[in-house]
Amino acid sequence: MKRFALISIPYFWLLALFLVPFLIVLKISLSDTELSIPPYTPQLDLAQGWAGVKEWWAALDMENFVWLTEDDLYWKAYLSSLKIAITSTILTLIVGYPIAYGMTRAPDEWRPTLMMLVILPFWTSFLIRVYSWKSILSNEGLLNQLLMNLGLISDPLVILNTNTAVYIGIVYTYLPFMVLPIYSALERLDESLLEAAEDLGCSRITAFWLVTMPLSKQGIIAGSFLVFIPAMGEYVIPALLGGSQTLMIGKVLFEEFFANRDWPVASAVAVVLLLILIIPIVLFQKNEEKQREAGK
Amino acid sequence: MRKLSWFNTLSLTLGFAFLYIPMLILIIYSFNAGKLVTVWSGFSFKWYGELMQNEAFLQAAWVTLKVAVMSSTIATVLGTMAAYVMVRAGRFRGRTLFSGMIYAPLVMPEVITGLSLLLLFIAIGLDRGVLTIVLAHTTFSMCYVSVVVSSRLVTFDHSLEEAALDLGCTGFEAFRLVTLPIIMPAVLSGWLLAFTLSLDDLVIASFTSGPSSTTLPIKIFSAVRLGVTPEINALSTILIGLVTIGVITASLSSKRAIAKKQQDEKGAN
Amino acid sequence: MSDAATALAPVFAPWNDPAAEPIIQFKNVTKRYGDFTAIDNQTIDIYPQEFFALLGPSGCGKTTMMRMLGGFETVTEGTITIDGQDMSAVPPNKRAVNMMFQSYALFPHLSVAENIAFGLKRDKMPKDQVEARVEEMLSLVQLNKFAARKPHQISGGQRQRVALARSLAKAPKLLLLDEPLGALDKKLRQDTQFELMDIQEQTGTTFVIVTHDQEEAMTVASRIAVMDHGKIIQVDTPAKIYEEPGSVYVADFIGDVNLIEGNVTKSGDDHATISWASGQQDLIGIAHDEIPTGTRATLAVRPEKVNISTERPEGMTNVIHGKVHDIAYLGNMSTYVIETPSGQLIKAQAANTRRIARRAITWEQEVWLSFTDTAGVVLTS
Repeated sequence: MKRFALISIPYFWLLALFLVPFLIVLKISLSDTELSIPPYTPQLDLAQGWAGVKEWWAALDMENFVWLTEDDLYWKAYLSSLKIAITSTILTLIVGYPIAYGMTRAPDEWRPTLMMLVILPFWTSFLIRVYSWKSILSNEGLLNQLLMNLGLISDPLVILNTNTAVYIGIVYTYLPFMVLPIYSALERLDESLLEAAEDLGCSRITAFWLVTMPLSKQGIIAGSFLVFIPAMGEYVIPALLGGSQTLMIGKVLFEEFFANRDWPVASAVAVVLLLILIIPIVLFQKNEEKQREAGK
Repeated sequence: MRKLSWFNTLSLTLGFAFLYIPMLILIIYSFNAGKLVTVWSGFSFKWYGELMQNEAFLQAAWVTLKVAVMSSTIATVLGTMAAYVMVRAGRFRGRTLFSGMIYAPLVMPEVITGLSLLLLFIAIGLDRGVLTIVLAHTTFSMCYVSVVVSSRLVTFDHSLEEAALDLGCTGFEAFRLVTLPIIMPAVLSGWLLAFTLSLDDLVIASFTSGPSSTTLPIKIFSAVRLGVTPEINALSTILIGLVTIGVITASLSSKRAIAKKQQDEKGAN
Repeated sequence: MSDAATALAPVFAPWNDPAAEPIIQFKNVTKRYGDFTAIDNQTIDIYPQEFFALLGPSGCGKTTMMRMLGGFETVTEGTITIDGQDMSAVPPNKRAVNMMFQSYALFPHLSVAENIAFGLKRDKMPKDQVEARVEEMLSLVQLNKFAARKPHQISGGQRQRVALARSLAKAPKLLLLDEPLGALDKKLRQDTQFELMDIQEQTGTTFVIVTHDQEEAMTVASRIAVMDHGKIIQVDTPAKIYEEPGSVYVADFIGDVNLIEGNVTKSGDDHATISWASGQQDLIGIAHDEIPTGTRATLAVRPEKVNISTERPEGMTNVIHGKVHDIAYLGNMSTYVIETPSGQLIKAQAANTRRIARRAITWEQEVWLSFTDTAGVVLTS
């Protein structure tokens, strides 16, 4: 009995506030837009009993999904989100790996401090961290001031409100998510393995490629998913740092919902986004499970 | 004792510079006397003063704090229960769905979570306000709490609970007197995580808040969309300062606890 | 150690007394996990004040037996009674049984004294009585000075004693000990074994201990149950188990043994003779039951009961001829490995009463092994 209560309380909470809402999104994505409150039709009227369900079912169609394929705004947005997410994941890996590697090479007594320095930004407001780049990247911003004072450029670079700014923003805000899993993979690595590799004739660099890299693979995979998945649906970064030509699906969804009040299309956008993300999410879970098992 | 090669030194220096310079600039310019955020025109506390006068910001900060305390507390209770179910309850019907619902919100794009919750609240006719934000925040942060707590429970020696039962505890007493005190650090860090997530959240709050319940991130976002303002710099500095003090205190005290434990163990043998 | 056990045997042997009431009875107990049978239809009686050891390799089911007594595992079939009461519906917290866990399971957030007081407080014992009892238990395990320390502030041996004190504090009818000395180093383990026996005697509690360490079981137990694959193979006093194992498995599991296989040529009068290799004379050992002639059987004889000499011994019933294959010098004694002409290796042990240079036996030397007709046992299983 007690066990039943223990299981059912969190269970029903999640059913009611996670699963049911998602089913509602699915349902509305199949409805039509209407100028009413709520702004969609048909609405499932359970008071009419079975006839109500049948009527509702008959009126459902894939119109919104067809619309997503016809209006090129949407598929362009999906493609561009995918491109931005993949590119910035790779960039984050390139920036993050040397940091994680450097941390494992640092003397033991520095490590807690370095660790704290990586985690600290994670606790700091995401919004503020994104915002902090605005004054650096703008035309009269600090980066342009610096470069012009150094005489490297004569005209200010246009970075803010471009995709470049979005890349910088994503790399910056998601860097800790990349560094931490790689660091924990590298930290487990037995140093005598590298000595053994060198003893067997590897140079430092080949030892790195043949031993360190493969053994930190799990960390790289985990970190990449942790950056890619949220970057795909990102809203704040393109909204603050991107320009009008920056197309990201999170932003489209947000605007579709708030500006155009087109709930069915927004819901359809959400459903498709989730379908795109299911593959990486499942792969990520598999990777985590594999790691857990290896840990045992 | 290892020595850092020039390459490692360089990558650490550049990496941490990249992480911290933007925030440092933000902090420095919050003390700028001028209105322009990119031109230094003297040191001043002016913007902090203005911030304190800004009723709308203070109001939003109060709403945010209320939401964060309530949602993180409920999320900690629910998340700890969920973790206990995941680690200890064994097999039951619908376990796969349950664990799926625990992990999915962690990777679900915020826009989808926000949208779906808003549609739910409209469907059941719940007016948007503090309550709806609390419900929304509790739902996603309980999943984070459950991950933090269950990772502690996994390494928890099961025989401690059995020993408590053996010595005459009921199941609930064993949890209250033995399990809970031991996993308390994990439960507390779960609470802190839930609290910060709630303080930080913009997207889900945008969907689930009503006109009378604007949170601080929503307020900041609408202010900075238009450009950089020194008032926001001042506000950001205060927030960064609070977090830094919190994190440093936490890490120092845990460092001290570990050092003390090592000292004790050395003394014991 | 076998001396101590045999000396004790006539004084305390309730299992030989038909009037004695067992405290614990396993009646046809079976435990299954899905398809896997952990305990297969076992019946045993354990008597009050016994120090009963469940001995066997890991996975043999000994821990399952103990956890069923503690109430942490349910019984699939059969019943377990304690003091005549059926235990199947009694949860762990309602049993007059306490357990000392292998990991000790000391509550890390409570002091030594609070750990010991934990079970007493659950019984709503008045505060002053709790304090008195804790004090008493601390004295029993000689840890009064450490009452205020946390478990991580004391050594491994001290932790073991706290765990013992905590499980004895409620004065249980029965104490279960799961590998209680497994985490201690060898020297400490030996000292603690004797302490454990003293405490058992002082408190008069029935102890059931689970161990995979045969030496530990031999030292502490009044009786040992040797287990394998969910079955109890033999229950006997340590001396009986060592001297007269009932099967090859038990003989081989406990201590070092020579196993010589052959065919029974004669049996009766508590003895049996086997013929085992051409050119060697037949060997005689103990066999309480008559074995049909021609049966395949094994003579088990302990190396320390085998004499080694450079000349053929006179007047011995059992003599084996061979040459020295290997010598292991162990300080106080040496083990000689002799190879017979048929290629079988047989061990003999001899005390090193002389200095090494004076010893007569060396590698490849022709030697004779001998032992009495009561030294070995003839086993058919």
